[in-house]
Parts: sequence; structure tokens; C-alpha cells
Amino acid sequence: MIKAKNKLGLVFFPAFDWAISPDHPEREERLLYTKDQLFEEGIEDIEGLTLLNPVLAETRDIQRVHFCVPDVSSRLTESHYIAAGGAIRSFQAVMNKEVDKAFALLRPPGHHAQRVVYGSRGFCLINIEAVMLERIRQEFGHFRAAIIDTDCHHGDGTQDIYWNDPDTLFISFHQDGRTLYPGTGFVEEFGGPGAYGYNLNIPLPPETGEEGFLYVLEHVVMPVLADFKPDIVINSAGQDNHYTDPLTRMKFTAQGYAKLTERLNPDVAVLEGGYSIEGALPYMNLGILLALAGIDYSNVVEPDYYDLDLRQSDDVTDYIKELSELVYHRWEIKEYLKEKEFKGLEEFTRARRIYYDTDGILEQQRETIHHCSKCSGLVVIDSKSDQGIGILAVTIPRDACKKCMQIGERLFRHPPGHYHHHYLQDRVNDRFYAK
Amino acid sequence: MLIGLDMGGTHVDGVLIDKGQVLKTIKNPTRWDNLFYSIWTTLQELAEGVDLKDIERINLSTTISTNAIAENKVEAVGMIIQSGPGLPKEFLACGDENLFVSGYVDHRGKTVKGINKAEILAGIENFKEKSIKNCAVVTKFSPRNAAHELKIKEMIEGNFATVTLGHRLSGKLNFPRRVFTSYLNAAVSSIFRSFVQNLLAALAKAGITAPVYILKADGGTMSIDMALEQSVDTILSGPAASLMGLTALLPIEGDGVLLDIGGTTTDFFFLADGVPLFEPLGITISNYKTLVRSIYSHSIGLGGDSRLQIEKGELKIGPLRAGKPMALGGTEATPTDAMIALGQLTMGEEAKSVQGMRDLGKKLGLSSQQMATAVLEKMGEIIKEEIFLLLAKINSKPVYTIRELLYGKKVVPKELGLIGGPAKSLAPILGKKLNMPCYYPKYFPVANAVGAALAKITTEVTLLADTELGSLRIAETAYSEQINKGYTLEKAVEQAKELLAEKARSLGEKGKVEVEIVEAESFNMVRGFSSGGKNIRVKAQIKPGLSCSLRGEEDD
Repeated sequence: MIKAKNKLGLVFFPAFDWAISPDHPEREERLLYTKDQLFEEGIEDIEGLTLLNPVLAETRDIQRVHFCVPDVSSRLTESHYIAAGGAIRSFQAVMNKEVDKAFALLRPPGHHAQRVVYGSRGFCLINIEAVMLERIRQEFGHFRAAIIDTDCHHGDGTQDIYWNDPDTLFISFHQDGRTLYPGTGFVEEFGGPGAYGYNLNIPLPPETGEEGFLYVLEHVVMPVLADFKPDIVINSAGQDNHYTDPLTRMKFTAQGYAKLTERLNPDVAVLEGGYSIEGALPYMNLGILLALAGIDYSNVVEPDYYDLDLRQSDDVTDYIKELSELVYHRWEIKEYLKEKEFKGLEEFTRARRIYYDTDGILEQQRETIHHCSKCSGLVVIDSKSDQGIGILAVTIPRDACKKCMQIGERLFRHPPGHYHHHYLQDRVNDRFYAK
Repeated sequence: MLIGLDMGGTHVDGVLIDKGQVLKTIKNPTRWDNLFYSIWTTLQELAEGVDLKDIERINLSTTISTNAIAENKVEAVGMIIQSGPGLPKEFLACGDENLFVSGYVDHRGKTVKGINKAEILAGIENFKEKSIKNCAVVTKFSPRNAAHELKIKEMIEGNFATVTLGHRLSGKLNFPRRVFTSYLNAAVSSIFRSFVQNLLAALAKAGITAPVYILKADGGTMSIDMALEQSVDTILSGPAASLMGLTALLPIEGDGVLLDIGGTTTDFFFLADGVPLFEPLGITISNYKTLVRSIYSHSIGLGGDSRLQIEKGELKIGPLRAGKPMALGGTEATPTDAMIALGQLTMGEEAKSVQGMRDLGKKLGLSSQQMATAVLEKMGEIIKEEIFLLLAKINSKPVYTIRELLYGKKVVPKELGLIGGPAKSLAPILGKKLNMPCYYPKYFPVANAVGAALAKITTEVTLLADTELGSLRIAETAYSEQINKGYTLEKAVEQAKELLAEKARSLGEKGKVEVEIVEAESFNMVRGFSSGGKNIRVKAQIKPGLSCSLRGEEDD
């Protein structure tokens, strides 16, 4: 039987008894054909591949990342604890050196879930990768991580969660927000004052093909990673850039995804979106799995791969070249840009409207980040949903100084105004308080 | 009357059972130069003095196929493999010639690309030139749609003595295992056929008309006709026969552990609700991973003849074998000596065993009696730890639904059964360590033959219905029919039950068929923005069981 070059841990949890609704893209059937393909290939017998079952994430794992309104238990279903727990299990296997790499091939996805959670957005309720990463940092000690989001939709949830964290580099490449949900992910979204430049977006034009994706990888992602030197690389491995995906307009392929995975060489990959469940997912998941395990994937192709012209146009190629140059240049001069953006400001405020498309909720949010010379700064969110619920959410960051801690605690105890709920996320002591 | 016969590596064991009562047992040495003779003489001895008309059936566990594979005395096989997209194909090569052909069927059973006849005809010319008489045809996803395997068979039929088709051997999805299983089947089928012909001729000559059934590794039986088509299913049936015998001698209804502690090894088996656990996919033989359904068993190097060593002030037992006990003239003290020294076993010269224990005990500052006790305690400890380790693995098998993950069946043994020389000595120790009742039968010279005699027909059926394509298929038989949009999971379960019962009767089952539904899933298929149909999957099986319970002897 075939032997894996890299020992691979696979948490495969298709949640065959869970759906958002019977006709929803996020339904029981989504990974059915992936399972058939993987098992017919005999992956269970690959030497060096270990199948792992999910553990259950705990409430505190969710609270470390999110402010669920009103609380964790009233928002989550069992499927969310399992999906996050499955990702945690896969990462633990890497950290415990049971395996070299891990693939959490599970659902539901998470990368649209932001810090505040009134409901589901973009099929996501909690951010699987963030819950996983923060739990592992708590369990194994702090480390620097890079999250590379290769889903076709902008990873706006992950961006929001790590917006002001200088130890977590977030890079998302996706179909341009002017043409696709969630409508964000532009080059100018560059991070908060405590982590300016550590949030990189590469909005790609529709019809981008293998060539374009691999160009971005080679000319932006890999050089940035070489500069940042993360301890761990995580891939949010959404698969909806595929040419058959019903929700997007890209021309990516199973071969392309496998090449990208091989080159990116992540420690942990977590499935995100991807809804071409019959024509794409079985082949892409197999391609990614083989690439992670270091097994020849050259024979993994879709049924119509050779019949179609999947090359991108010259215009797209030129556009991507220019865009890549711009993004990498901004990365190189991020300190200068930070100076220009934040100099003299004591605090930095953003006002945003966040739409929960899956649940039809609109949130008005004001986020204030305290500019602090000693730490990445206290973060205060003042938010209200169109259902009339108002909350105050305070985050004392992991690296908080004494002063920021005190201000945070005071704000939680004596909120400035009336709120239905107020929350304190104390990352220094890993505690969560709600009133 | 039932005859059970198990041909093992050293002995051929036979038993004659009537109405749950063991009437006769026979143990003969296996003659390696003439396996058929070994079986035939044992059969004759069992049938002696019996009215031949009273013999209802003969159940036979043979090592014919197992030995042929283990000793690589198999026939040449030409493989025709259609591998489609996916893993590299080179590692699938097995047998003597491999013809990889184009075309493929996808995961839903849709034909993406047809077969290329010229390619196949040229390939089999090569097989014929090399005088290959056995051929196996295996295509990816053939349990979903066997059309390509059937078409290729039609093209090549008449050119080979045997043609094995992958989908006939298992409804499970695992292409590499299907390739290897098909290869082994083709490799042993002629050898097994000539054995059967000899046997049937001898039976006819002797006037025995009772039907013959062949034991499988899953603890069940199949008819001779089935065994001729699926000879690979006869491999490694010995341990299954032993386990079935154990369940007859020590009826356990809930979850339990069964141990066969021999001279060299200890074999572990597990029961869930009284039924033996299976290997998840199939048995492994001579480095070939197969889809041959088999009882789960695990073996460690620990037994009455194990080597005892003191390392860094600690007692180690096994995994190597020391040889016969000192009481019987051996040179090293063994666990068997420990039992003799404690007076739990009467065998050979007790004084030598005591001396052996005394010498060993000196290194630890223990008396001979204390040392002997420590040896048995340590054996119990090793077994206990192994049971925990195996249970952890068994209970963490992958699951794919929230229901199974949160509320799925876990195997939690409540009873322990033992056979083998050290069983009596270890039973009280293990009972205490595992805190569960521990049984061993008083008398068990031919448990394996008893298991063979009482085994029943087992079989399975995998039904796949796709209401969008309007098709229903049975994976193992290539049976297909058209269905309408209104076809439901309930109908599928009913139909699977009927088809399974039909299959069991065609295999020779005359009694009541107890069907178990192993899997029953229905998926809503959505295409575009509307519901396109249902993807229904049902797996039904007949579990291994005993045709009747044993009467008589009460056991501890």
C-alpha cells in the first residue's frame, strides 16, 4: 500500500445528520460523495494516515474568541461544538507529534463568524479556526501563527477576530468583494493599530485560474511568510474557487488546489466553504489530502478537466501581477503606513454594519481600540442588533499592560450607558465574565 | 446430526453433534503432504457407526486456500484493472500480469468514459501467450455500477478457466482492497475447486449425501457453490471456528471479551451484545489487505511457554517463546512451571518447576511460591492492559454522524471467557483485575470443531437507490431495477430484507433468517435550487450465530 511522506492526521466528520435547512448548500449531502471517493481510494489503508474522531469543544473555548449573544449555549448546536472540537483534535495531534500535519475535513464552516455572534452569517456561527487556535495556544503555550484563507469568499470573520493581534498573521485571497459576498476584503483593510499590516487581503478578479492563484502564492504569500516566520501555518481550505462551484465565478481546479497545498505546506488545514459537492469536492479533498501527506496527486482530476479550457485571460494575469506587487509593497512599508494612519491618535474607532445573511440580522457596531505603547491595546465593542439587543464587549488582550487591564475591568463593572448584556474577555487570565 | 470439522496447522479436529449434544470428538494430526487425506479420514471416523441418512450437514473449516496463499503455491493470475482518476495506480499491481485499462465510472455510478475494447483484446492476447488461466477484472466504483466489469467479462469469457469480478466479492468501497481480494480469489480458485471435487467424489462414493458448507472468517458458513465462486472467503476461517466454539461453550449475551491463551500466543476476541466484533474492512493475509469479512482478533506473544526474564529488577514475560516447561524437561522456567509449582496443574516433575521458580525468585528476593504467584499476576496484568488498549481503539473507530459521536454504542465488556492451558489459573486473577465474572469451560478439546459444526449461513446485501437517476442497485450482485421518485428509505429497508432472505435461501439456509440492518441512510439531494431526489443506502446482514445451543455440561 501507499505510504505517506508526511504522517497525516485526518479528522473526517461529514455530520451526516445536520443541515442548516433541507435545501441549504450546508446540508447532510455536502460531504457524501467526498466520503465515497476517499474511501474507494482506500485512504484508510495509507500507511502514515490516521483517522481521528472529533472531541467536543467546551464553552470556554468559544468564549475565548466570541461574544455570543445572549450566551454560548443558546446560539450553538451540537454540530458547532463538534466541528470546533474536530479542528482542535487535528491540531492537538500535530502539537503532540502524533502526526506531522493534520486535515480537519469537517462541517459546518466558520470563517465568516466574527467576534460578536448574534446568529449565523455566510453559513458560519462560530469561527472554527480561531476557536481551535486559541484553545491550542492555551493548552501548549503561546506561539506565532499565520492563517492563510484560500476560500473564495473573504474570511471576514477571521479578519475581525485577529484584526489587532500582531502574533497572528491573516492572509485571505478571494473573489473581489465588489462581485461576491461578504463584500469586504479589500487591500486597505490592513489591521488595527496594534497589528497594522498583519491583515492582508488579495481580492482576485472573477475567472482567476490555476496560474493566478499560484502567482499570488509565489509572489505574496510565500515571501510574506518568509518575513513573518510563523511557528505554525494554518490553511482555511475553502474549496469554492472551483470552476464548477455554484456560488462563485472562479476557474480553480483540484490540481491547482493540490499544488497550492503542497507549496504552502501548512501544518493544519481546515475545510471552509465549497458547494460543488459532486463535481469538485471529492476530487479537491482527495487532492489536498494527498498533497498534505506528500503523496503523488497528479492523477487526481475532475471528469471534465481535460475537455474544458480553464486558462485565465491575459487581462486577469496582468491585473493579478499588479495587485500582488501592491500588496507585497504595502507589507514591506507597513511601519511607515502605520505611522501615517495612527500617529497622535489615543484611540481608534470604526463604525460598521454587519449583516447576518443566514439569520437575517443587522448589527450596528462601534469598535474602539485603545492605542497603547505597552501592549496591543484594549478593545471595546459597543453593538446593537436590529432586534433591539444592545451589548458592550470588552477584550483585554493576551499581552495587556496593567493599565489597560484596569480600564477594561472598570468598563465591564461600570458600563457607560444601558446595555442588555455586558461581557469581559480577559485573555491575560483566560477568564470570561458576563452580566 | 451435524458434523463439524476444523483443519488446523497441526491437527484436524472433528465433532459429531446431535440435538445439542456432543456425541463424538476426534483429533488427528494434519498430514501436510496430503491435506485431503487428513480431512477424509477424520470424516470417515466421525461417520462410523452412524446412519448416513441422519447426517443433516457437514460444516468444514479448511486451510486449503490459506496455505496456498501463505506458501505462495497459487496459480498465475492476469489482472485487468480500470483505475480511473485518483491515487497513482502502480501500487495496485499484483499477480503475474497487470493490464490497466482506460474508462471509468464515478462515485455516483455514472459512466464518465466507456471501455476501450481494442485495448482489452490486445491485453488478453498477452495473458494467453503467457498461459495464464485465471483472470480478475476490477474497476473503480464497481459496487456502484458494475457495468464495466460485466462488459469486460463478456468480452473475455471462454479464454480463461476462471474470471473473478471485483464487485461480487464485497459491496464495500475500497478499490485497492477489492483489487487484492480479487487477485487472491483468482489465485486460489482452481486449487480450491480441485479440493472440492475430490471431497464431493469421496462423499458420493461413501454414500454421504448431506450437504457440505464451508466456514468463513466471519464465523458463518456458505454453500459449496458460493465457495467455488468466492474461494477467497474460505481463508483464515480457523480462528473464527474457535471463537464460535467458545461462544457455544460460554454463552455471553452482552458485551464481553474472549481469550484463547495457548502455549505461544494469546488471542483476543470481543463480543458486542453477544455477537463477535468484525474487522472494520476485512482480513489481512500475507501482506494483502482484503475485503474478506472477518471476525476481529488480536494476538500477542504471551502463553504458557513464554520466556521469563528479570530485567532491571522487573519481571518480563514474552513475547518470545522459551519452549517446554522444566517439569517436562525444558531448560528455562515458563508460566506453565509457575502453575505446576503452585499445584494448579499436574504435569511432569513438579520439583523441577519449583526449582525453576526458586532460581528465578532469587533475583527478586522472592520464594518459589511468591515468584510463581508473581508470574501469574504479571500475565494477568499484561492481558488487562492489552484489553484496555484494544478497547480504546475499538471505541474510537471513525464515526460520521453527530448521533453516533455523542450517543453511539461503545463496547463495555461485562464478562470474560477463557480457554487454553493457563485458563484455569488465570481466571481468578483476571476476574479480580478486571472486576468482572470470568468463565472457562471444563472441557474443550475441540472447541473449534464445535464452532464449525454449529455455525450458520452468513451473508450481506448493500442496496443503493438514487431517485434522481431513477436507479436501484445491489452492489454485490449487479442486480438493478428502475425506481420512481416516490421510493423511500422504508421501502429500501423492506426490499433489502427480502433480497437478503432470498440470498440466504439460495445459499442453502433452510431455517429462519434473522436480518440485521447495519446501515440505513437517506440523503436529500439538491441540484440547483430544488430538491432533486434522494440518495438511499441500506446495508443488511445476517450475523454469525449458532444453529443450536449446546446442552449438558455446566461450566464454572
